[in-house]
Amino acid sequence: MTVDNPTDTTTTTSTAISLRGATLSYGDRVLWDGLDLDIAPGEFVAVLGPNGSGKTSLLRVLLGLQRLSAGTVEVAGARPGRASRSVGYIPQQRALDPSLTVRGRDLVGLGLDGHRWGIGFGGMRDRRRRVTDAVAAVGATDFADRPVGLLSGGEQQRLRVAQALVGDPAVLLCDEPLLSLDIANQRAVSTLIDKRRRDADTAVVFVTHEINPVLPLVDRVLYLVDGRFRIGTPDEVMTSKNLSELYRAAVEVIKVRGQIHVVGVHSGLCEDESHHHLAEAE
Amino acid sequence: MEELFNFELTWQLIRDDEYVRTALLAAAILGLVAGVLGPLIVSRNMAFAVHGTSELSFTGGAAALLIGINIGYGALIGAVVAALIMGLLSRRSSEHDSVIGVLLAFGLGVGVLLLWFYPGRASNKFGLLVGQIVGVDFASLALLSVCAVGVFVVLAVIYRPLLFASVDAELARARGVPTRALAAIFAVLVGIATALGVQTVGALLVLSLMVTPGAAAARVTASPLRATLLAVVFAEIAAVGGIVLSLAPGAPVSAFVCTISFVIYVICWTISVARGRPRKLTGGSAIEPAGRRESVVVSR
Repeated sequence: MTVDNPTDTTTTTSTAISLRGATLSYGDRVLWDGLDLDIAPGEFVAVLGPNGSGKTSLLRVLLGLQRLSAGTVEVAGARPGRASRSVGYIPQQRALDPSLTVRGRDLVGLGLDGHRWGIGFGGMRDRRRRVTDAVAAVGATDFADRPVGLLSGGEQQRLRVAQALVGDPAVLLCDEPLLSLDIANQRAVSTLIDKRRRDADTAVVFVTHEINPVLPLVDRVLYLVDGRFRIGTPDEVMTSKNLSELYRAAVEVIKVRGQIHVVGVHSGLCEDESHHHLAEAE
Repeated sequence: MEELFNFELTWQLIRDDEYVRTALLAAAILGLVAGVLGPLIVSRNMAFAVHGTSELSFTGGAAALLIGINIGYGALIGAVVAALIMGLLSRRSSEHDSVIGVLLAFGLGVGVLLLWFYPGRASNKFGLLVGQIVGVDFASLALLSVCAVGVFVVLAVIYRPLLFASVDAELARARGVPTRALAAIFAVLVGIATALGVQTVGALLVLSLMVTPGAAAARVTASPLRATLLAVVFAEIAAVGGIVLSLAPGAPVSAFVCTISFVIYVICWTISVARGRPRKLTGGSAIEPAGRRESVVVSR
């Protein structure tokens, strides 16, 4: 299933995401420069790197919330933000307010038409069917009628996956969606994302500080460090030589039992620190 | 005390007194507006903002009284200005509360000074704080109706994105929902509704119509539609019922409105506890501590 050369697929379908000479800088600080990246439908790309390397900013660019300093970007054949319906987004797990008068299925429904104006009484039956299907697809039927604020973190995150998929997106953008989930729920959520891209050829951009939970799913890695980056399969990118060049420090990559461990880098791979990067980006 | 249950007198007042009927109509409109906005106010944790808005609405009303224009316009201007300041000045919730506290205290102080300057009857002054719905005249009723319709039209347009932004602001922003603009617009709607409430139940007790019914509904249902319908029913019972009960004894309306509202809340709270649906703070199926801690870091 691995798409080694994404250009091969352009004969049948266009690329899901295309970045050309993409540059993002805040004043003097260059997050990344001259980024060329084509992501094919059905491809799973993990975005790795330490805090402040611009992982979340890349997602913000793809969502249309942040403009490039230079270069061009296309998502699902349109300018980012224009193709809102064909882009699904799964954020980090955060506790929802328990006082919300919203059920799980309402959260999923908002993923379908929550960005539209008006009350939207038209097409209620179709809407209900799609929401019910999306809820069932993530195995959330049992708790979809309970208040979202009272659900566990894993249950809320399943509903966020359904919320992202209910619009039938061509592109799925994930920002550390497994963070603060236990291992069983990490597996459940990443399996749902993988199933989606296999069934519906949805391209997945998966920002994470920890590649191992999704390593078997990853087609390619985009590794960002201080404005430098590497793109390729995990085996190509995750080598001691590559990462030492990226970090400009001695870094050792150790592969143990199908897992990849990076030794010698303390920032970015420390679980506690990654919790802050979104707050900084806001 | 027995006058409270003097139904004959109550009925006679409703039948014969034009002012009473106007007041009941005003209360019904107010209950509808407050009930529809209530669940959103509760979801967005805006109870304190409503209180702050109502105090500045009082200041506006007091100013209007002094310069001799319709109190309703003054209350409306005061509330909308307050809502805009609160909506735009700060986004961080910790800061938000202190900004409201600062404005509220200052507004109340200025209002008291303005009332002191006012040479007229004291009952008008007192009315702004604790309400005098039977004093609602036709001009006020017209203003009330126009405002209510305006609130409903705007809310109908922004309802879905607003609900999205209230549930998960970050997610909504990612989908292109203009969360800041919506927060400001909703604050203005709340300001308008609050100004209407100030004239009827008074600045101090507006919360009993704007917040309590929504909070009560949130205890017993999680469906946005059902919560809205219940909140409207609760607000109507409190507003209209409060007036009807106050007629025979001639007691202040707001006392009855607040009491009914409170009793409804207690009943809903009891139901939610009896159903074994404790809120997170009291245990139950809570999220693991890591999730909670993180929400503090990430939320705006």
